[in-house]
Parts: sequence; C-alpha cells; structure tokens
Amino acid sequence: MPEAVSLREAYGKTLVELGRENPDIVVLDADLSPSTMTHFFAREFPDRFFDCGVAEQNMVTIAAGLAASGKIPFASTFAVFVPGRSFDQIRMSIAYSRLNVKLVVTHGGISVGEDGASHHSIEDLALIGSLPGFTVIVPADAIETAQAVKTAAASYGPFYIRLCRPKLPLVYNQDYRFELGKAVTMRQGKDATIIAIGVMLSPALDAADNLRRQGINCRVLNMPTLKPVDEAAITEAAGETGAIVTAEDHLEHGGLGSIISQVVVRRHPVPMEFVAIKDTYAKSGKATELLQRYGLTAKDIEQAVREVVKKRQG
Amino acid sequence: MSLSELGNSSKATSVDNTRVEVVSSLSVKEMKAVAKRLRRHIITMTGRAGSGHPGGSLSAVEIVTALYFKVLRHKPQDPRWGDRDRFILSKGHAAPVLYATLAECGYFPVDELATLRQLDSRLQGHTDRVTTPGVEMSAGALGQGLSFAIGVALAGRLNSQDYRVYVLLGDGECDEGQIWEAAMAAAHYKLDNLAAIVDNNGQQIDGWNRDVMNLDPFNKKWQAFGWHVIEVDGHDLARLITAFDRAKLVKGKPTVIIAHTIKGKGVSFMENNPDFHGKVPNAEEVEIALKELE
Repeated sequence: MPEAVSLREAYGKTLVELGRENPDIVVLDADLSPSTMTHFFAREFPDRFFDCGVAEQNMVTIAAGLAASGKIPFASTFAVFVPGRSFDQIRMSIAYSRLNVKLVVTHGGISVGEDGASHHSIEDLALIGSLPGFTVIVPADAIETAQAVKTAAASYGPFYIRLCRPKLPLVYNQDYRFELGKAVTMRQGKDATIIAIGVMLSPALDAADNLRRQGINCRVLNMPTLKPVDEAAITEAAGETGAIVTAEDHLEHGGLGSIISQVVVRRHPVPMEFVAIKDTYAKSGKATELLQRYGLTAKDIEQAVREVVKKRQG
Repeated sequence: MSLSELGNSSKATSVDNTRVEVVSSLSVKEMKAVAKRLRRHIITMTGRAGSGHPGGSLSAVEIVTALYFKVLRHKPQDPRWGDRDRFILSKGHAAPVLYATLAECGYFPVDELATLRQLDSRLQGHTDRVTTPGVEMSAGALGQGLSFAIGVALAGRLNSQDYRVYVLLGDGECDEGQIWEAAMAAAHYKLDNLAAIVDNNGQQIDGWNRDVMNLDPFNKKWQAFGWHVIEVDGHDLARLITAFDRAKLVKGKPTVIIAHTIKGKGVSFMENNPDFHGKVPNAEEVEIALKELE
C-alpha cells in the first residue's frame, strides 16, 4: 500500500511556494485556516492573508475585487460553503465577471465522515460545473494537488479545485506533470473503462486489479479536470472498450458521471454505470464506513463493471 | 425624438484628451446643468428601451455627478488606468445613471445610450464590467458591491497606491445580509481609502423601506459597525462635494455618506412613486418629463 499523504497539506505548502515566487498571490479564508491549511501561508505572509471570519459570501466577493485589481486570490473554506453558501456571489462576481479567482476548497464528499450530512458536500461539482467559464479540478493525490494548484496560479480565469479531508495514497510519483484538461491513463485495458476522480481513484485501481484476475481487463482513466473535460480520451475509451463506469464521491446527478455521459451519448454511445451517491444525504460515521454504506468502494466498482460488460454483451 | 436628442447632447459634450481637467474645473452651476442632462438621458433611454429602472437612477444623479465631475481622479480615454479612483455601482439596476454619466464624460459616445438593453449593445440591462468601458463591477444581484470594493481597496493598500474607492449602495439593498458582513470587514481592515454612499431614497419595490423592512436607526447601525457616518442632502451638489472632501480626511476607518434623496427626483409624477422603480415612462410621460427637465 503506497504512503497516504494529505492533499490539504500539499495545497497549503504549495501556496507558500507560490507566495514566495509571486507577490500578487493573496489568500483568503473564512475561519477555517487550520483545516484548509492556508495557515501556512498566513504565517509567512500575514499582510497578504485575509481572514474574512465566518462570512463566505463576503470572502468570495472580496476575492473578486482583489482579482479585478490585478491580484491572484486563492479563497478557501469547506466545499459545503463554497459554492454552497456563496453561489450567487460566485456566479455574479467571479464567473459572469470573468475574474481570475481561485477557489480551492476542502472537505468535498462524504469522506468527510463524522461531521455528518451538513458537512458532506455532495452537490458542489454540479453547482460549480454549471457556471460558464469555470475550470473544475478534482485531484487524486497530494502530488496532483500541488501541480493543479500551480497550474491554476499560472492560468488566467476562475478555477475550482476540490480537495478531500482524508489523506490519500500517492498514485503518482514526483515526475508527474498535471496537464489541464487531459485524462491520465492509469491502466490499459480493452474490456471496459473505469473513469474515476479524487478519493475514488485508488478503489478504481484496486477494482481493475481484482477484475484482471477474473479475466476482465479494464482501462482506468483519472479525469482530474472535469471542465473542460477531455472529450478525446472519453471518445477513445468508448470506442476501444465499449463500456464505461464512472466513480466519484458526489451525487450521481451533475458530477463526473453526468459530464462523461453527455460526451459518450454525443460522441460514441456505449453502456454506462455510475458509482456515486444516489439522491440521498448520508450520516455521521467513519469515512470508510460511509463509503461502504453508500456504495463507493472497489467492490461497488467491480460490480458496476460486471453489469456494464453484461449490458454490452446483452 | 429620443435618438436625435441624444445625438444633440453628444455634440454638446464632445470628447477630447483634456476632458479630465475640463471636468474637474466645473462650477456647481455647470454641474447642475450636467445633472439635468443626465436626467434627460435617463428618461429618454429607459423610455426608448421600454424597460429599466428610472426611479433609483434619478435619485442618484447628483451623487454620481459630484463624483465623476469633481471628486474622482479618472481618465475617460483610459478606463483601466491603474491609478484611477474607482466608482463601484453596487445597485446595478441604476445602470442608466452610470451609463449617462460615462457617456457625458467621454467613455463612449452619447449616441450609444439609445442602444440600452438592445441585443448586442454594450449597455446591458444591469452593469457588466466586461462589455462597458468604465464599468468596474458586474452587478444586478444586490448586496455584493461593498464586498467587491473591499477587495479593490485592499489591493490598493497592498500596492501602496493612493487611489480611493467609492461604492454606491441602495438603501433597500441594505436589507441584504452581505452588506453587513462587508460593513464589519471594512471596519476590521480599517479601510480609510473606502467610502460608501447610500442612495437613501426611502423606497424599494414594495413601498417605503420603513414598511417593507425597517432600516432605522440607519446611521447608528453604521456607527455601531465602526464606520464614520456623514449625512447629507443627496441632491445638493455643493454639500455632497464637501462630504466627499471630509471623508478623505477620516483616518483608520471607512466612511459612509448617507445621502438623503428622492426616488424619481426631477420628474413630478415619478418623485416618491415606487411604481417607477422598475417601470419606465410611456411616450406621453417621456414628453412631459422632458418638458419638466428643460
């Protein structure tokens, strides 16, 4: 089992690196800096860190004003509050205004665990993905997180980067170079494709390994950029493997599965299955217990692959 | 009528590179004439567009006139000049008064006012910073301008730039909780390069503020949030200019200028008539209004 590393810590430390390189980088938080780990930046650059208190609407709009004045603001809190608590502000002051704001949020999905449904952001990808012009990224480990954050800083426009609470096993080595809008082929295969993001990438790889032993060779794609999505890789996967399963810690509606299926239906229709949360809220519990209860494990992915392969053959 | 009239105004205020200096040296009497032209533009362009928000545009005419023709440091020929003072219209439905002012200053031709709200016009129904030269913020969903202004003021401080930031709020807009999040934050950050102006016309769509959602004691609320408060007759240009001068002298805290105004000011049948918040005068009413504004 590879070492598990915190994505949030990778974010916080990358911010400090960026801050040293570029004086225009500024950081905002809404009273959660020890959790989002923007506190590393706050400690080194107190003049460029703005704690907005428990006021997320104000925070994202202040970020827009800073961006309109040439700064590169990174605004962070939990994913339930941005975009959940501040959607209209993000829509008007960032998306419609085409401003260079980077929203990097933590605690996405039910892998948050014990805090319960109020803190499980399971709708955020649907909300933010609906906004014209937003780039949406869900990194799958600490190395990809650092790379994605650097890419966001170097690219003009509104970005949303969704991180999870738990540490995740490293799936990449230090040579990995994140490419905006590009899928990453983690495993080659021709019987079906599993497309996974975030916490679901490791279970997807486990599922592919188990299925291989049963004679089903799966391609596994990591799709860190949900928007703009890699249509070529999706079309190729549909054409070459004939069946697709998506896996995400988010509602079935409006997230990775919806985005991929639109491309598949338009470009190369094949049977699909969706490993995601089904139209419900979760409960308090350990992250592993919740992922199991709500169908987000390697076993669930394996089952979905068997079904989708059967559908194709049927 | 409306088109040719807008065209005439265009000639009367032709643009040149010395515009800023010319503008800054206007007397109060000359500024009163500008204010009257702005009112005529507001009536004509909203009447022509067939929709829009004349009431809250007319109430803000003197506030915006004082700013653009006396207080602000700006270059109409270079709208994104880095050291400009910023004017942020938070009550984005009052776009007509800002468009009329920007046109009179020379940011774009006065003729263009006739395109308000038309497909492919640069003058959107509510302000859009991307398409209109001189517009700082995209607004229209109320309550966001003060927060946006804080970001602009913080950037100025970080860059050691001495520009000032002015943000115009509606009184009805102050129902929004975000205004008070921002009021708290601006005082917390001690933003003395920021001044808010409230167009306190006392009315909102559903009627008088005091009946819809009472804001009183309004000045005490701002004081309690840590602001320096100035109250002024929002239709008295000389007093407005004095208020802006005094705001510049306040150190260590932001200033709010509560400008007492009349919704629909300048047109008898529109004054204090909340119907004209989001309704425009018909052709006959436009004619009467323009006669009153001669």
